[in-house]
Amino acid sequence: MSKQPFEAVVAAHAGTVLRVCRALLGNAEAEDAWSETFLAALKAYPELPADANVEAWLVTIAHRKAVDVLRAAGRRATPLGQLPDAPAAPEPAGPDPDLIAAVARLPVKQRHAVAYHYLAGLPHAEVAAILGGTTAAARRAAADGIAALRRSYPDTRKGADR
Amino acid sequence: MSLPDDLARAFPPDDTDTLRRLRARLATTAQAEGVLDVAYRTLDSPVGPLLLAATGRGLVRVAYLSEDHDAVLQALADRISPRVLRAPAPLDPAARQLGEYFDGARRTFDVPLDWQLAAGFRAAVLHRLADIGYGRTASYAAVAALAGNPRAVRAVGTACATNPLPVVVPCHRVVRSDGGMGGYLGGLDAKRTLLDLEARAAAEPASSPASSA
Repeated sequence: MSKQPFEAVVAAHAGTVLRVCRALLGNAEAEDAWSETFLAALKAYPELPADANVEAWLVTIAHRKAVDVLRAAGRRATPLGQLPDAPAAPEPAGPDPDLIAAVARLPVKQRHAVAYHYLAGLPHAEVAAILGGTTAAARRAAADGIAALRRSYPDTRKGADR
Repeated sequence: MSLPDDLARAFPPDDTDTLRRLRARLATTAQAEGVLDVAYRTLDSPVGPLLLAATGRGLVRVAYLSEDHDAVLQALADRISPRVLRAPAPLDPAARQLGEYFDGARRTFDVPLDWQLAAGFRAAVLHRLADIGYGRTASYAAVAALAGNPRAVRAVGTACATNPLPVVVPCHRVVRSDGGMGGYLGGLDAKRTLLDLEARAAAEPASSPASSA
């Protein structure tokens, strides 16, 4: 079984990794995290088993990069700043800034579980492998995150579209 | 409506402009850090889109569309390294020289070549092809003699048919001794186009490469 050229891996997963990085970190830091993720992936790609789940592998790398960024941000944070958990407030660039802000306010574990399950489309078992812990805990974190978004997301639209 | 649908819309997966910029940056960084093993780009030409690929050692592959560019990239990943990225910058000199060649303004190529995809007698044959001057042709038999094995006419045909660097390594100048065109890995139309181009440019020796108005 032969391995695809890395360009094909980028083409297939670039968008998913970017949306995950944005959900984890906000727009400003997401691009650096994306770049570091794909550079690290390119370096390690020849050693990746040919039958590996490439998307889960990429999301795992992105997860580690995001954790590094959050940890560094926590060290830099001033005492009166935001919770060390929270990423820098994302710029209102997306189509729905309220929801993006609500995602940014989620506790880290819920934010990660929501991003990996709902944005990357990984099954809860894969999410658990990335976060550590059980599949049930990953499922609960994703469900809690969605429930929290539902409570905090000020839905101004009337639900007519879709 | 559902919250997961809203989420999917709030974080769209297809931010085309940003992704184009990030992918270009990845290619640049990967090259700078020495982890890009095969860079490639495509080039439009009178013989159709050409795939150009290079390693750190030099141009390693030129491929016609008829060879199936995806299949060629997969073969490069299998034979050289899967660290393959679209990265035009390392191929700029080769692309520029090919452009000049197709304009009739260049007769030889001056870029480093990586011969790793050609081996043995085939490589020996391909190395002799530069001896056939621009605008000229040689027979398969004559090339076999040049390569040191006059009876290996069929092997010369095979070497030309599997030339990893067509156009740059001029297998299009090898024809049948009875005057027939012989075969060509890019198709006979491409072979004819290249030979006509060279014959025309060779006939006007001092033509200016600059365009006429």
